[in-house]
Amino acid sequence: MEAALQTNVQNCYHCGDACVDELIMADEKAFCCSGCKTVYELLEENNLCTYYNLDENPGISIKKSLSEARFAYLDDAGVEAQLISFKDSNICKITFYTPQMHCSSCIWLLENLFKLNSGISESTVNFLRKEISLTYFHQKTSLREVVTLLTRIGYEPEITLADTDGKKTSKPNRTIIYKLGVAGFSFGNVMLLAFPDYLAVTEGLQRTYGSFFGYLSFLLSIPVFIYSARGFFTSAIEGIKQRMVNIDLPIATGLLALFFVSIYQVVSGTGPGYFDSFTGLVFFMLIGKYFQQKTYDTLSFDRDYTSYFPVSVTVLKEEGEEEAVAVRNLKVGDRIRIRNQELIPADAMLLRGQAMIDYSFVSGESEPVEKVMGEVIYAGGRQVGESIELEVVKEVSQGYLTQLWNDSVFSKEEHQNVSTYANVAGKWFIIVTLIVAAGSLIYWVPRDMEMAMRAFTSVLIIACPCALSLATPFVHGHTLRVFGRNKFFLKNTAVVETLSKIDTVVFDKTGTLTEPSAAELSYTGKELTAAQQTSIKSVLSHSTHPLSQRIFQSMQGEIVAVDNFQEYTGKGLIGEVNGNLVRVGSASYIGVKADAVKDTLKTTVYVSFDGVILGYYTFYNVYRSGLKNILTDLNDKKLAVLSGDNNHEAARLEELLGKEAELNFNQSPVQKLEYIQQLKKQDHQVMMVGDGLNDAGALRQSDAGIALTNSITNFSPSCDAILDASAFGKLSKFLRFSKTTMTIILATFAVSLVYNVIGLTLAVQGLFSPIVSAILMPISSLSVIIFATLSVNIAAKRAGL
Amino acid sequence: MYIIFLMIAVSVTVAAAFLGAFLWAVRSGQYDDDYTPAVRMLFDNETNAKPAKSAKKETS
Repeated sequence: MEAALQTNVQNCYHCGDACVDELIMADEKAFCCSGCKTVYELLEENNLCTYYNLDENPGISIKKSLSEARFAYLDDAGVEAQLISFKDSNICKITFYTPQMHCSSCIWLLENLFKLNSGISESTVNFLRKEISLTYFHQKTSLREVVTLLTRIGYEPEITLADTDGKKTSKPNRTIIYKLGVAGFSFGNVMLLAFPDYLAVTEGLQRTYGSFFGYLSFLLSIPVFIYSARGFFTSAIEGIKQRMVNIDLPIATGLLALFFVSIYQVVSGTGPGYFDSFTGLVFFMLIGKYFQQKTYDTLSFDRDYTSYFPVSVTVLKEEGEEEAVAVRNLKVGDRIRIRNQELIPADAMLLRGQAMIDYSFVSGESEPVEKVMGEVIYAGGRQVGESIELEVVKEVSQGYLTQLWNDSVFSKEEHQNVSTYANVAGKWFIIVTLIVAAGSLIYWVPRDMEMAMRAFTSVLIIACPCALSLATPFVHGHTLRVFGRNKFFLKNTAVVETLSKIDTVVFDKTGTLTEPSAAELSYTGKELTAAQQTSIKSVLSHSTHPLSQRIFQSMQGEIVAVDNFQEYTGKGLIGEVNGNLVRVGSASYIGVKADAVKDTLKTTVYVSFDGVILGYYTFYNVYRSGLKNILTDLNDKKLAVLSGDNNHEAARLEELLGKEAELNFNQSPVQKLEYIQQLKKQDHQVMMVGDGLNDAGALRQSDAGIALTNSITNFSPSCDAILDASAFGKLSKFLRFSKTTMTIILATFAVSLVYNVIGLTLAVQGLFSPIVSAILMPISSLSVIIFATLSVNIAAKRAGL
Repeated sequence: MYIIFLMIAVSVTVAAAFLGAFLWAVRSGQYDDDYTPAVRMLFDNETNAKPAKSAKKETS
């Protein structure tokens, strides 16, 4: 705030942005735009100014105010029924996803919504999921009014096609918590009953109550065996069905041996059983699983195009009346109207209006593209400017972009990764265990039958790879946390292992390698005088076109009055400054002959003064900062670029990536997908980094698809990991760190191996007793957990993450 | 020493009651969001004089 005061630029009281363009004062407070001021006044009127006291400048900038008419479709009973989760004669319940939520002020305001609209009876926020659950009286207010209110105060809920796809049960999976609770309960109580066994002084107690304790422990262990441990058994059986050995098979054998030997001992009265070890083991392993499962609930990794497309669209009937129609019911030949900032839901032909299509969702390119009448506009683009009329040429699911989701890659369930470290280790583990068990059996049978049985079962029990099964989830879980701290969010822990094996990295160009919001520009032509610069700048200041804004910001000088200003959308600007006629715009608008235009592939803006063409501005892509470093770090891997763009940047890219890198231009979404498929056929482990919907196929097809996004909660196609754009420079570090964690897992395996060797030596000699198991089991489990936690954190510090 | 049967019966019952309470808590969604309630409890009640009355009525 101090710095802002010194430079005489005030920060908006509502949203905290610097008031550059305009400054509105109200109640002695500065606002950057009328939108922010309106929200402030609304809150002030309703005595909700606590909002501003909880956090500084908590508001959301409302510069882009849109027509509220676009919520008309929410009045439709069918749409409403699909969105709300509960309705009776009095109230309605609905849950919205509001990505703008970001601080405690937001929580406070959203939970006080009833003060703004008395029809709302209750609103509850789940901050981590960025959800708001509302209850409202539908006689007093309507869904549309609620949504409009939320939008007005800056929290526009995201309502997309996916919401109407039938009720998603977005309830978090609580099974693991139930299982943990049951296992913890049994573990605690059985431990209590088993305690007398460990102490020699209580032998009398043991003699009197031994069988009672035994049966009670057995009773307490049944729910653990049937419910809590079920996951291990089903996973092992599935593995056997697929004719492969996974980590759960040795675990399951160990658990079965423990449980049934214990039952035998209790029933036959030969011993107290190992129920304490059994329940404790299940409890510890479930903690590991819980840790592994703890991923980012708030982020969606499985989005397809339906998550971005609107629920309904305005269709023009023959008489010219407008009607909101569900996007799914759009038919070929329908005439639709798309207003400013609305998304085009289906491939359609432009009939009327000036179309400036922003394809940033699709390709990452933020520069709006101009379309002329009769041209087909692909779905996924966002109209910027006036409202346009289009005729649908393809149904939503058959579009250029959406057909990508008909590819078999999207219908396949992701198969279990067979060759994970844990599974490979598990395979060898069970082979060795069985050999040792059989060996001890062969040794003891001729000598002592009872000893033989004891040694055999002991080997199976002690060899249960509890430490082994704990190592992987804990190391991966911590790695996930380290990555998350650095704004790299993995879908699940398995991705860590995939990342460590990557040998090929494929980048999308626009929006991934390049910074979407910035472009360098250079001027070519006759040198401009200061007066001319002032004139051009003044003319540009009247235009909101993104290209005009860019040039405007790059120019020095003051702004003077402009007469007769005209803007021809998609062509250019004209205006008189000090009697000189200034024109700025495309080559054809200024009157440059087509053959004189040197480089048609680049974005250029021409300038003319009193009819004389002075020169032109050329826009270059700006590559992300840190790109050079990443690429040098990745030089041991095969690099490639897939771009939907033309090849005018080929030379610069080659310089950046090196000669060996494969550069592919003019790639369609399906071609990108096929390229990845090709690489995988050549046995490459492919990582794809992309950002737009057009990369969705390639991201899905690759071993590790990473979606780059400027705002974590906003937009990302389906992927394995989401990377915040600000952390792009750490990409190579992430890859290296995932390799380090694999070494840590191996080291943890070694630690657990030591325990197993000790345990097995005791077991084959028949020395395995409850007291040994009681000490060895928890110590080995705990030490593995501690070792994993410490080493990951130390490695992270060393890697600078 | 037969009191031990009673003691164990009581202790297991108490533990089971806690397990039941835990399962109920999970079921009712108390473990779904472990952030927002922590923030919510720190919000002050309305201190403003006039409209606060009507607000209070609605909350109660």
